[in-house]
Amino acid sequence: MSATMNADTNSQKSVIKGAIRIEDVVKVYDPDGAAVMAVDHCSIDIPGGEICMIVGPSGCGKTTLLNAIAGFHGITSGEIYLDNELLCGPGKMQAEPGSDRIVVFQNGALFPWKSNLENVVFGPMMEGKLSKEVIYDKAIKMMADAGLGGTEHSFPGEVSSGLRRRVEIVRALMLEPKVLLFDEPYRALDSLTKSVMHEALLDIYYKNKVTIFFITHDLEEAIFLGHRLIIMSSRPCKPKKIVEVDIPHPRDYSVLTSPRFRELMEEAKGVVNEEAKKAFEAGEKEG
Amino acid sequence: MNITKLKDKILSRAFFRGVIAISIFLIIWEVGARFESWYGYRVPWIGLIPAPTAVFESWGGLIGDPSYWMSWQMSFMRVLGGFFAAMILGIPFGLFMAVNRTFHDTAFPTFEILRPIPPLAWVPASIIFWPTAELSIAFVTFLGAFYTIVINVLGGAKSINKQYLQAAQSMGASQWDIFRRVVLPATLPSIVVGSAVGMGITWEVVVAAEMISGGGGSGGAGGGLGFFIWNSYVGGSYEQIVVGMISIGIAGYFSSEMLRNLGGFLTPWLKTR
Repeated sequence: MSATMNADTNSQKSVIKGAIRIEDVVKVYDPDGAAVMAVDHCSIDIPGGEICMIVGPSGCGKTTLLNAIAGFHGITSGEIYLDNELLCGPGKMQAEPGSDRIVVFQNGALFPWKSNLENVVFGPMMEGKLSKEVIYDKAIKMMADAGLGGTEHSFPGEVSSGLRRRVEIVRALMLEPKVLLFDEPYRALDSLTKSVMHEALLDIYYKNKVTIFFITHDLEEAIFLGHRLIIMSSRPCKPKKIVEVDIPHPRDYSVLTSPRFRELMEEAKGVVNEEAKKAFEAGEKEG
Repeated sequence: MNITKLKDKILSRAFFRGVIAISIFLIIWEVGARFESWYGYRVPWIGLIPAPTAVFESWGGLIGDPSYWMSWQMSFMRVLGGFFAAMILGIPFGLFMAVNRTFHDTAFPTFEILRPIPPLAWVPASIIFWPTAELSIAFVTFLGAFYTIVINVLGGAKSINKQYLQAAQSMGASQWDIFRRVVLPATLPSIVVGSAVGMGITWEVVVAAEMISGGGGSGGAGGGLGFFIWNSYVGGSYEQIVVGMISIGIAGYFSSEMLRNLGGFLTPWLKTR
């Protein structure tokens, strides 16, 4: 399948860890005997350090794939590798959740009962590898770098939703993961906050090169952020088209008005609309 | 609370309205109760109740009476005893049901059958069951708070956002850490709510239980506020009935206020909403 595209354009990033290889993964949900195929023989190859945008209609099974990588649930068949090490596959259908793959959730999962700073130090404190002083110093520094200075001692509920997302990304980065898994993290944000968050994310990414597996159904967001778009078919989920975004990084918002950006939008839009239509019709049938 | 804050509160509109409302209530009550002696016509309902001035007069006589304060103390001890026993047993019971499926499946059906039984229906069984009247009353008050606390803790712990657990898991937290640092704080608001409701029920139950079980030990003084009301009724002192009722109102208010403060202290992140 065309999904296994080992892009030469990414060769300079090959030293960066966090390459994810998804091979022929199938996930069947079988809650009450009615087998529902969520992911159908899906193969994706993501080189380390790539921002890979997974685009598809809602409910198509993108999150299923993400949860399988994160280790929140198992797969039915196939294999997933992280840097050539088996995460899940025959004999071990569910990966262990681990701090090398951190999820930034759709609705945010900062602990509301902990201050922003306490949230950020949570992971390293649980690991217990470093001393408390070292962890707190690092946390304060990283928060300052991400423009979060002054919010350390507020509760997440006291700061804006945009800042909350930033705290959550910093919390994820504290553990120095190889992979960040984003599950439509900016879905609930207004478009102004969203564009600020996109630039902030890229800013953070340029400082900490990690692999980003980013689920979205917002095409503009996908093209602006990603090295590559993988457009998924509606249920069952399977790569349908891959769009290489050849706009060089670092990017800023002027990219949005460039002719190349428009061309890529047009290219992707046709495929996405077709799938969205299919998903909509399937939904109507079910309803 | 510092002085300027207190001053602001007293001068505020809300406080003023409260004062006006209570004053009007007292005036209507006073006039209604005295109407018969003034004009020879008995106002329905209110005419049968002793006037507030008479109640306060009777109360003034009781302030120096140790047996009245003894009643307060007895009721408070029973409420607190039953309430804390319910917390100590109910919170772990509810949490354990929430985190352990086997235990939930085993314990929950029995719990659900027992739960609808009103605590007061337990009074006769409790008297037979426990050796002293004191223990029977404590047991009934315990039941009043127990079910509410357990149901709230269970519901709160079960409705924790799954993503909190997943996030903690992927950040490398152990099962014990997840319980202590995620499940427990996430359930805390429900524990506070359950306790506040449970405290209210405890006061309802203790008063009824005291009326039923009678004076207990020391010649009527050991009976608590519930018995105080009942005893005043039997003795025909209607003023004292009202004194007893208001006393329970005040006691219940203090208990709730105490819990509210404690709850606010334990869940500081909720204030910001």
